[in-house]
Amino acid sequence: MSRAQIKKKSTFIDMTAMSDVTVLLLTFFMLTSTFVKKEPVQVQTPGSVSEIKIPETNVLQILIEPSGKIFMSLDKQQDMQAVLESMGQEYGITFTPEQIKRFVVSPTFGVPIGSMSQFLNLPEDQRDKILQNQGIPCDSTDNQFKSWVRNARAANRDLRIAIKADASTPYSVIKNVMNSLQDLKENRYNLITSLKKVED
Amino acid sequence: MAEVQENSGSKTGKSKQKKMTVRVDFTPMVDMNMLLITFFMLCTTLSKPQTMEISMPAKDNVTEENQSLVKASQAITLLLAGDDKIYYYEGEPNYKDYSSLKQTSYGADGLRAVLMQKNADAVNKVNALKQRKVNLEITDEQYKEEVSEIRNAKGTPTVIIKATDDASYENLVSALDEMLICNIGKYVITDIADGDNFLMENFEKKGELSRNLAE
Repeated sequence: MSRAQIKKKSTFIDMTAMSDVTVLLLTFFMLTSTFVKKEPVQVQTPGSVSEIKIPETNVLQILIEPSGKIFMSLDKQQDMQAVLESMGQEYGITFTPEQIKRFVVSPTFGVPIGSMSQFLNLPEDQRDKILQNQGIPCDSTDNQFKSWVRNARAANRDLRIAIKADASTPYSVIKNVMNSLQDLKENRYNLITSLKKVED
Repeated sequence: MAEVQENSGSKTGKSKQKKMTVRVDFTPMVDMNMLLITFFMLCTTLSKPQTMEISMPAKDNVTEENQSLVKASQAITLLLAGDDKIYYYEGEPNYKDYSSLKQTSYGADGLRAVLMQKNADAVNKVNALKQRKVNLEITDEQYKEEVSEIRNAKGTPTVIIKATDDASYENLVSALDEMLICNIGKYVITDIADGDNFLMENFEKKGELSRNLAE
């Protein structure tokens, strides 16, 4: 009786099919997703049953933090540049090309215009840290927020305004922003919310 | 699949060439792809955020003369107070009777029930229309058109939303949300008046203020 001979089997697994699947998945993710924008503060948007999606381009996003700090972001780089230049003209500040370049690539802005050029001179990691504690002034004595919105509108006619505020923001802050927008005759805008089902 | 077999073409050669299999190992490729997928899954968002479209009245053309007055029988005024409290009164405020102001909640059986009842006609019509859309009797555009017609029809209630400074943004969005759910086409957000503050205070004190006033 001879022992049954165990055949030497190769353990090589064909990974081609697996590779096909992963490439497919990768393509899917690359095409359907959009990158998360870096925001200086985390906000929790309130839930709503509204199912309207925010447009992809030409959005001026106003980010409002619970304590009332206001940040803004524009999605087009040429708009960013135009806005900074016209803001500089309005407040009599000239920016160097290097500063403009830095401003244009930053995802969100929100420092008082007076300290803008100083802010732009800082390295990026320091800017991120400082930005959290800044915010665009929006009170009756010094309403730079209004100037930003006006200049943004001048730079791009098709701009849509979207307000993204934290659920716990007091109404007084929102009222202030809404009144400023109303003064500029910006009467249509969007409120960014997260999806919530209607409970019966 | 990933192997290429090479047949030795010439048999007239001197030494017999061995059959060679060129096999490409795809494992590192898969590793790299997985890594990229993980990166994309973590750094991107698939869903775009939802929005709510609102239009506010222009500031300058609202003067006493051309302000369209709302019929008192069709008006509901919501007062959004702090601590998630919400009050409402129908029609004209009655400063003498504190019980004309009613307290409700943001839940399904609070504010929604009140508005649904007030706007029952439009809600029923929209529901019937929704059913027709489900049965593919009308197209999406027709549906939207008719819904907006029903919402803005005569006789539908007008809601005036007044938020106090203590109310949170969430309260405002919830209130606007109810307008959407209850198919109310006419609503407006305005600033709170002194009278409304008085009403709320009076309500909290169970009419003490109005009694003092009468004396």
